[in-house]
Amino acid sequence: MKKLIIALAASAALLGGFSTGAQAQEKKKVCFIYVGSRTDGGWTQAHDVGRQQLDKALGSKVETPFLENVPEGPDAERAIERMARSGCDLVFTTSFGFMDATVKVAQKFPNVKFEHATGFKAAPNLATYNSRFYEGRYIQGQIAAKMSKKGLAGYIASFPIPEVVMGINAFELGAKSINPDFKLKVVWANTWFDPGKEADAAKALIDQGVDILTQHTDTTAPMQVAAERGILAFGQASDMIAAGPKTQLTAIVDTWGAYYIKRTQALLDGTWKSEQIWDGLKDGILTMAPYTNMPDDVKAMAEETEAKIKSGELHPFTGPINKQDGSPWLKAGEKADDGTLLGMNFYVEGVDDKLPK
Amino acid sequence: MFEAILLTVITASTPLVIAALGELVTERAGVLNLGVEGMMIMGAVCAFAATQMTGSPYIGILAGILGGGAFSLLFGFLTLTLVANQVATGLALTILGLGLSGQLGEAFVGQPGIKLQPIVFPLLSDIPFFGRVLFRQDLTFYLSMALVVGINWFLFKSRAGLKMRAIGDNHASAHALGINVIRTRYLAVMFGGACAGLAGAQLSLVYTPQWVENMSAGRGWIALALVVFASWRPWRVLAGGYLFGAVTIGQLHAQAFGIGIPSQFLSALPYAATIVVLIIISHNRRTTLINTPASLGKPFVPDR
Amino acid sequence: MHIELEKRARVSTLFSIFSPLLALALTLVFGVVMFWLLGKSPLGALYSFFIEPLLEVWSLHELAVKAAPLILIAVGLAICYRSNNWNIGAEGQFTIGAITGSILPVMNPEWHSPMILPLMLLMGMAGGALYAAIPALLKTRFNTNEILTSLMLVYIAQLYLDWLTRGPWRDPQGYNFPQTKSFQMEAVLPEVLSSGRAHWGFIFALVAAVALWFMMRFMLKGFQVSVLGQSERAGRFAGFSARRMVWFSMLLSGALAGLAGISEVSGSIGHLQPSISPGYGFTAIIVAFLGRLNPLGIVASGLVLALTYLGGEAAQLSIGISDKVSRVFQGLLLFFVLSCDTLIHYKIRLVLAGAKAAEVRS
Repeated sequence: MKKLIIALAASAALLGGFSTGAQAQEKKKVCFIYVGSRTDGGWTQAHDVGRQQLDKALGSKVETPFLENVPEGPDAERAIERMARSGCDLVFTTSFGFMDATVKVAQKFPNVKFEHATGFKAAPNLATYNSRFYEGRYIQGQIAAKMSKKGLAGYIASFPIPEVVMGINAFELGAKSINPDFKLKVVWANTWFDPGKEADAAKALIDQGVDILTQHTDTTAPMQVAAERGILAFGQASDMIAAGPKTQLTAIVDTWGAYYIKRTQALLDGTWKSEQIWDGLKDGILTMAPYTNMPDDVKAMAEETEAKIKSGELHPFTGPINKQDGSPWLKAGEKADDGTLLGMNFYVEGVDDKLPK
Repeated sequence: MFEAILLTVITASTPLVIAALGELVTERAGVLNLGVEGMMIMGAVCAFAATQMTGSPYIGILAGILGGGAFSLLFGFLTLTLVANQVATGLALTILGLGLSGQLGEAFVGQPGIKLQPIVFPLLSDIPFFGRVLFRQDLTFYLSMALVVGINWFLFKSRAGLKMRAIGDNHASAHALGINVIRTRYLAVMFGGACAGLAGAQLSLVYTPQWVENMSAGRGWIALALVVFASWRPWRVLAGGYLFGAVTIGQLHAQAFGIGIPSQFLSALPYAATIVVLIIISHNRRTTLINTPASLGKPFVPDR
Repeated sequence: MHIELEKRARVSTLFSIFSPLLALALTLVFGVVMFWLLGKSPLGALYSFFIEPLLEVWSLHELAVKAAPLILIAVGLAICYRSNNWNIGAEGQFTIGAITGSILPVMNPEWHSPMILPLMLLMGMAGGALYAAIPALLKTRFNTNEILTSLMLVYIAQLYLDWLTRGPWRDPQGYNFPQTKSFQMEAVLPEVLSSGRAHWGFIFALVAAVALWFMMRFMLKGFQVSVLGQSERAGRFAGFSARRMVWFSMLLSGALAGLAGISEVSGSIGHLQPSISPGYGFTAIIVAFLGRLNPLGIVASGLVLALTYLGGEAAQLSIGISDKVSRVFQGLLLFFVLSCDTLIHYKIRLVLAGAKAAEVRS
């Protein structure tokens, strides 16, 4: 049987059509695993844009193969192992659900380097990286408080994981820094990706009276609904201005490209080491889309806040902050530590929702 | 407020109703096509692509109908001409449809779509409440209503409908009576495909005017469930579709009101409700049997 | 011109063997054209699809990992379908089996007894069977259509798992991320060989397939399944109870799906999380039919379908064929296999319009 397979392989090789590893040796391979389709218009697309930027910047020195639509679960481990075996030098696994699979494969292949997005398990050859999305949410909250006539915004949330809860809280804190009575309504769509359901959630929130919309789901459907109903909204993951030219105030744009280039360069220079990286606005891992559809003074305020966050002068989670039930969380001047933020499972005062447990 | 919620429910229910009505006709002819999801997504991508290329959502609607109908022919050829198993073929059709639509639609991802605009009936649309709800809708809503009435008439009042039901109940004796079983079934399958395609067009032109992969997100399966839920009656499809839409939208509003129930339970409500209503309906064994096409899913080969 | 079928007097042995090969050949021809049109090397693509995954030991293990749940679920479904019970909710039974099987390691992470694994497997089977008992009960008691109820229950099971892993069962040390604590060593289904990831789930699948093949072939129960499946009336005359058959087939397929669920969670994942299955329960329906509802045929079809998944990945990585093209290719293969199977029972004739007219006249 084995002979037969080798014979088949040899004949296939003779007939041509695929390249063996021989000439690929010179270039380093930087590989990507995506949970969704790279044209999903949201999370995965943002990572793929980053990959393309990497290709452009260092294309002469690296190849960037990828696998898309890899389900979280047993398939992930196989897909990651396949990458490690196919000669990848550095593998980016770009979804939280790939965490344990990445850990297992990293153990098996100590010479291959791995980076897992948004997780918390590390190893000597496994780094983690994440983006301080909440910094952008805080700016959004401030803009919302300035622009909302009713002092009420709507938040389309996906799943009650810390990252999402953190985003909701940062938005509310930003808004309250302008309007202490600002209220935030939350609807859990229980999906990252279902344009119909996201649109329904947007409509429900608008019908409940919110006049500003923000989303933590992946498609542009809520932006379209906001445009249709004539209210304002914020984009998520990508610049969604095309879906709402007169609607989008700004968007949190995931700009992973800068990060991917930085880390690949470190790999090429031989300086790559395992770190737990949580970069923010100042590092360029996320950027704000142009501030549009707002008066100049609001725009100036947003730009000022952005500059303050970048310089480190302002930390969105700085006390005094009370929890939702009114009990104190942070004393005046106290800043939340990263550990608490990464495990956040409570709302701050002013969020008009009961956190699903 | 109520009016606004109702309008949202209509948009959410219309694709379910249209796709389910098409599948109802297919099943009344005795064919079980589980590929609704695949045909729907093909309709969505065809409609979106045609609209982007021509600038006219009406051409898009047409393209969606034709796309779904053409795609269903593949199912028809396998199950009717080659008598392949209908359940397996339908599932395979869904796999193929999801892949093919993703490939066809790749060039259109991220383009802002053109929304199909409502057709406003003068005078009628000025009636308070009803005018806004019933006479300021887009073409797909009117088509869904026309389909309910039309299919009901066709199945229970027309000769051709009677023949079709005869085929669904007992294809052997229908064949013996000289009815062309295969041809009728081909037409029924294509009608089902065309309706699924129209439902898909509603998704990419009305519901959320954009194209993204997998945007049907399981609605084809719900449409399938609706047919059985409605015990193969057009009016019940309408009622069921709106019930399903209402529960889906209702749970979002319940959340926004701040009812502290885990959202997963609220999301599960429509499915649980379907089962409960199904039990109530099928409790009466005789009425269920009368409506169920007896030769559903069974292969037919004419003998000469 | 049209196509006419003529029933063969006997099942064609030649085509029973030949039709899968014919289907494969047709798929290859279509594949070559498709890949060529897409500007990819056809031979390279086919090599990645069908040969590359078979060349390495680790990859063969992965094949077994991927095929195990498909085979395990599909053999149970085959018995259901043969007896005319249409359970299409195996995905839900898989999910519930995974949940009930995980109760022990989640609740007692410190329990290091060798007893835990067998208990988990049994509880997984029981959970799957109980969940399948719902449509069985509704069918026998209220005559409710099981296609629909089993399908609806899939969504409910998935949402329940979602709630558990994001809520009460969440790992307290896991930064609130939606997954349970990793199972203790004793609760992990061991690998069969040290050379790769294939775990005992694959052995369970093979055992289940052989056992059910034996039952269908040599036991009265198997005969009951066939008779009741072909005609409920005939079964009644023979004194078989259709009602009891509903229970038997649904519980059996539910238990096997539940076993697949807990095996997958314990053997391949190692903890419970919101997404544990890329649609195994639905893919298994296709596997069951591709295997012609024969348990041994299902072993083969399960392996072939698993191969196309692995091959799709290999093709994506080595020559950049998108996963959408892989899915289209997979769909084509399914269509060809399904249509070529027609040849086993029928002769196919092309009839020209003129010939038909002539036939009528004579």
